[in-house]
Amino acid sequence: MKEIVVLSGKGGTGKTSITASLAVLAGSEAVVADCDVDAANMHLLMQPDFAVASQFYSGELAEINQNICTQCGLCSNVCRFDAIPFQNNKYTVNPLACEGCGYCQKVCPTEAISMKKRKSGYVYISNTKVNSTMVHARLDIGAENSGKLVAKVKSKAKELAEHQNKYFVIVDGSPGIGCPVVSSLSGASYVVLVTEPTVSGLHDLERIYSVIKRFRIKAGCIINKHDINPQKTEEIIEFLNRENIVHLVSIPYDIAFTEAMTQAKTIVETSSRISQKLIDAWNKIKEEAAKN
Amino acid sequence: MRIAFTSTGKSWDSIIDSRFGRTEYIVIFDEETKTLELVDNSAVKNEAHGAGTATAQKMYEVKPDVLITGNGPGETAATALKNLNMKIYVDAHNLTLEQAYESYRNGALKEI
Amino acid sequence: MIKKENLKIAIASGKGGTGKTLLSTNLAAFLSERESTLLVDLDVEEPNDSLFIKGNLIRKTEQHKMIPQWDESKCTLCGECTKNCKFHAVVQMGKFIAVFKELCHSCYACSELCPAKALPMHPYKMGETAEYSYNNLKLIESRLMIGEEQAVPLIHKTHKLVEENFSNSIFLLFDCPPGTSCPVIAATENADFVILVTEPTPFGLHDLKLAVETMRKLHKPIGVVINRSGIGNDDVENYCKTEQIDILTKIPFDKNIASCYSKGELVYNKLESVKHSLNEILDSLKNKIPCQSLQGFETLKGI
Repeated sequence: MKEIVVLSGKGGTGKTSITASLAVLAGSEAVVADCDVDAANMHLLMQPDFAVASQFYSGELAEINQNICTQCGLCSNVCRFDAIPFQNNKYTVNPLACEGCGYCQKVCPTEAISMKKRKSGYVYISNTKVNSTMVHARLDIGAENSGKLVAKVKSKAKELAEHQNKYFVIVDGSPGIGCPVVSSLSGASYVVLVTEPTVSGLHDLERIYSVIKRFRIKAGCIINKHDINPQKTEEIIEFLNRENIVHLVSIPYDIAFTEAMTQAKTIVETSSRISQKLIDAWNKIKEEAAKN
Repeated sequence: MRIAFTSTGKSWDSIIDSRFGRTEYIVIFDEETKTLELVDNSAVKNEAHGAGTATAQKMYEVKPDVLITGNGPGETAATALKNLNMKIYVDAHNLTLEQAYESYRNGALKEI
Repeated sequence: MIKKENLKIAIASGKGGTGKTLLSTNLAAFLSERESTLLVDLDVEEPNDSLFIKGNLIRKTEQHKMIPQWDESKCTLCGECTKNCKFHAVVQMGKFIAVFKELCHSCYACSELCPAKALPMHPYKMGETAEYSYNNLKLIESRLMIGEEQAVPLIHKTHKLVEENFSNSIFLLFDCPPGTSCPVIAATENADFVILVTEPTPFGLHDLKLAVETMRKLHKPIGVVINRSGIGNDDVENYCKTEQIDILTKIPFDKNIASCYSKGELVYNKLESVKHSLNEILDSLKNKIPCQSLQGFETLKGI
């Protein structure tokens, strides 16, 4: 089984549109995992049926049992996040401020505080419009993506791929360079980087590649909207050559992306000239991923 | 020598877990006594963050001489492991523990 | 109703890449032509307002968070600290205790619960804040150090710095991080009004809904700016109508904007359509917020 992870560093590069295009091209050959749960948008293009939902917990949250609490205020004093204000004659935990460190629980003289698992959203297993299985998630407000959630979505997708005898797992990776990205990458067979030629695009590409390099995972790059800044595009290509990253394809700025999206379609389901470029890119990705 | 593997299962024919921090199990093979020891690391699934250092802490408890794994530890976990006198061999992706051990013996795995 | 001299506006969006930075930088520069304006870049993981506002650097301030530091001479290696740290930021490495700064949430539990007082808290540099000056516009940019993962403490520090040193600015704009999680909540905390930037596509609509839900939970007054208007469909507009959310302006889709943006240039003084949009925003704000400073913009109406 080959796990292909699509990453971009910053938002707005077209990563999700491109990942969904690859998922449509792979069709029932692949299981799809959406790990970009902060901006989980892939479902808008893959039209999953949300067949199975399960609640997801991440981190902890303090809870005060008012029947035992003697209102000594020690918990509120030690809390560095101002998460236990005294309101309406009682100490209560503000769930948006609580970081789940458990210090309050440790100092409470009457053991009135317990740490509860924090409900942070849902994980779904769905059938998509191209007859593949997709694992995706939705976060509650104020909840953050975590290495844990990414690991869960990915391991579910892998398990299903194995079970269904699928050759590919296509992962829409998390943004940034933190813990969720490390979790997105670990175990990957091949990484597809999506970038755009803007002042911040190359900078983000370099940062994300330093993480990929650490895990010795082979990578290819798609330069999206290459024609908005030819000079930056040149700089990106120089970087790719220097680091031995395969330049998979350059895609011009095209309104067709948005037009397709408006109809809940990926670009490869339209007659756009970009369609063929992505088909070529997908073939190249398959070829490169098979080399491992 | 005591050799640790990041493993997806509990036995000698289980597949290597490519991940370090979030590995399901750590299996330790003692070359002298030819015995396997199992450390269940599956509780790490409940850690939102910090899986790498949590697993590194476990390694200090079992103190193997060699670790065989897939991607290798991330940057933070690697720092946490540096005081442990342990050699780390990587890229044992998709191998069973037995195959990974053979590859290690034949010098086919990369040391980092 | 809000009645005060200065006005704090947060600019947020559910997803990245909708034009939040474009709007923040152009609106700030435009406002500063009339009144002293402060733009605060709180997208601390990837701040890039300074790529567009090319001001003079006034000063840089280091920002610290408190983390425990191991005192070997006092430590009895009892292991309490590793048990008390829920974030696995304190690791006992044989006879050493190591603190992983990036994972530390500065909760003080390991330090204050250590029976030997062997983990006193010390300041550690998590990022820095730079102040730039550009005519009547000041830019504050906070940037996390590479590898640092926690944006919220730095956002709070930045708010504090703004309150202490820049409360005399008339307009304070906060360019927020994308998303709907803790950093956005922290970034919009002081705002009198939140502008949500979106685009008229299914992605834009989906993320706008999440952002609206978040801001409503925080009881913030909101308005929407539709960027790249003309592409996509009318679903965002219909949604705003149904939900009775005001659309402050629509910035028309124009490839020239993308091209200027990619080079790090401001566009409002190059493209009349963008300037018009900025005026529309101010006109709408004037009707919503009885702030005297905004009334001063009367003369601009109709330009």
